[in-house]
Amino acid sequence: MYLYDAIDQRLVDERVAQFRDQTRRFLAGQLADEEFKHLRLRNGLYLQRHAPMLRIAIPYGLLSTPQLRKLAHLARTYDRGYGHFTTRQNLQLNWPRLEDVPEMLAELATVQMHAIQTSGNCVRNITTDHFAGVAADEIVDSFVWCEIVRQWSTFNPEFSYLPRKFKIAINGAAADRAATWVHDIGLHALRDADGEIGFRVIVGGGLGRTPMIGHAIREFLPWRHLLTYLDAILRVYNRYGRRDNIHKARIKILLKERGPDAFRREVEEEWAHLADGPSTLLYEEIERVAARFTRPAYAALANEAPAFNAALAADRSFAAWAKRNVHSHKVPGYAAVTLSLKKTGVPPGDVTADQMDAIADLADRYSFGELRVSHEQNLVFADVAKRDLHALWRELRALGLATPNIGFLTNIVACPGGDFCSLANARSIPVAESIQRRFDDLDYVFDVGELDLNISGCMNACGHHHVGHIGILGVDKNGAEFYQVEIGGNQGETRPGAKAALGRVLGPSFSAEEVPDAIERLVRCYLGLREAEEERFIDVVHRVGVEPFKAHLYGKTHQASAVDERQLAAA
Amino acid sequence: MAKLIRHRRLTSDSWQPLDHDVERWLTPGEDGFVPAFPADADLIVPLRLWRLRREDLLERPGRSGVRLAVDDDPGELAADLERLALVAVEFPKFSDGRGFSTGRLLRERYGFRGELRATGDVLRDQLLFLERCGFDAFALRDDQDVGAALAAFDDFTDAYQASVDRPVPLFRRRLAAGAIA
Repeated sequence: MYLYDAIDQRLVDERVAQFRDQTRRFLAGQLADEEFKHLRLRNGLYLQRHAPMLRIAIPYGLLSTPQLRKLAHLARTYDRGYGHFTTRQNLQLNWPRLEDVPEMLAELATVQMHAIQTSGNCVRNITTDHFAGVAADEIVDSFVWCEIVRQWSTFNPEFSYLPRKFKIAINGAAADRAATWVHDIGLHALRDADGEIGFRVIVGGGLGRTPMIGHAIREFLPWRHLLTYLDAILRVYNRYGRRDNIHKARIKILLKERGPDAFRREVEEEWAHLADGPSTLLYEEIERVAARFTRPAYAALANEAPAFNAALAADRSFAAWAKRNVHSHKVPGYAAVTLSLKKTGVPPGDVTADQMDAIADLADRYSFGELRVSHEQNLVFADVAKRDLHALWRELRALGLATPNIGFLTNIVACPGGDFCSLANARSIPVAESIQRRFDDLDYVFDVGELDLNISGCMNACGHHHVGHIGILGVDKNGAEFYQVEIGGNQGETRPGAKAALGRVLGPSFSAEEVPDAIERLVRCYLGLREAEEERFIDVVHRVGVEPFKAHLYGKTHQASAVDERQLAAA
Repeated sequence: MAKLIRHRRLTSDSWQPLDHDVERWLTPGEDGFVPAFPADADLIVPLRLWRLRREDLLERPGRSGVRLAVDDDPGELAADLERLALVAVEFPKFSDGRGFSTGRLLRERYGFRGELRATGDVLRDQLLFLERCGFDAFALRDDQDVGAALAAFDDFTDAYQASVDRPVPLFRRRLAAGAIA
């Protein structure tokens, strides 16, 4: 993790004092609801009808074990003993009492944590690849750049009352594991021909009710200009983004209304005034920030671990887990491990306080005392020696955190939905569970292969259903919960092949009871169409289009048109 | 007397806004002339009035200031800023952040050195950010406790970004301090 210096710490402490006073004034009737709302939201506090919620920032998803233990303590002391990891790599606690929140923030500050800008119309938590710093395909360690952008965005005076929330993702590897094409700004690290580092700057992507894939307005921005270029984009957005309609206020709408070329020109004109100014980054600053990150003291290990190989051969369950939940590492003899928070029957992303404590103990013993939250709502131990994998697996299994489903359709991403959220049209969690129950045959799920399944309880799309290979959206039909099904979405080029894409709705929606059947029909259709085991669901959809799936799903006999589609796609 | 904070102190305000009934100042009277402005008063006029009666305002002994709406382009005043003692930015809602950019542009791009005043829905909890964007005077909303609001300037003792009040961002100051240490 990034270790605060005295100034970082003081800013967080001062924020606690500020919010304590704001809360005091609100409770004393000196601050109107609407005014306090803007202040508490930028401290992550929602006061919803049936469930208040505190969203705690986990900058770029990186946590130390003292921090995780503190989160466990907060969940136990101020909440109902569990927390929910979100798709923005944060942690949400439900049911905190407003009166307690200043104290909760004070406790967080003791472990260099906060809830700054986890909501409100400002720059939110920067998200990134959960394999940052350890991935074999790394270009830069994106954590360093995330921290630099975090500091730029924290209490940024000019960009604190934007037209709408603003989400930035940074990817530092060849594969895009940060969904950079569906963020307000996505930054993709690259090296140019001279080996210099820079960023592809993607603007105007996003999900929500008007999903869009972003536009690359700069193919290569040299790293030293990163902050001034962000200033230019944000200034154009702050001045000209729509404020008359909350549903048209995101930067994607501004970019669309201006047109990508006109928008780019406007940003470049603004940037011409800012480029090479005092916010131009210095190499020494990159070094300083990098040096403040703790680094694992890796042992010198052979890449092959005989004990690991023997366990793979001897233990089929372990081998299944290792295949799905263990990932390659740039340091010989090490691996990254995903702890699945997608066990059937547990709401996706939920962890109890006791589990948090147990996970912290395991991270101390097996992974240098740190862990990450992934935007798919799982946890990652990034630095596990391969020779320890079998022992770790046994301990994770005992905690219910070793479901071997990473990348599979039971690794469902879901928002809290109608059980918790006042915005939702429909519940998400029971639907996720019914799908997991339907696909409880692990061999079958292995055979189906990689398949992202995302569920959102309303069109605000917190479950990112637009970029699920299969996306499910809760809709309200005359007061009853129904679910729309779409396919073909893709969060990004996580591997060479299908690019970031938005799903297409297949047809009329289903009742909750019908959803598992519908998913099964789609999966069967895929299995019939795929030409090789390596061809994923999403690859087939991109090859043949949605029509064959539509026909299969709604039971129509459109075989002829399906064949036409295939011929068309092949042509 | 309006409640005004200037340079972090409570102060009285000599400026007189001519916000209301702009048309009156643009409509010729029976004599065929538009009305004369009060000669000695320090006047704040909306941009539209400034555009149309700039010379009349400037030739008075009294000082002139212009009030910008948050969607006015501050660049329109670039050539006039030397002759303006005050620019006011009117915040229609405290949560409308366009005026923050207006402030920075006036100070950093157009070099305005006179009084930059935030008016309208100006509340205690936005004061520090406004100051960092170049505002040095604040006409708070009527219901605000101006005395208590002064404490807001001390909410934070430092900041990461470059801003009007601290043109050198924290990372450069850190490096400079590290180089000395």
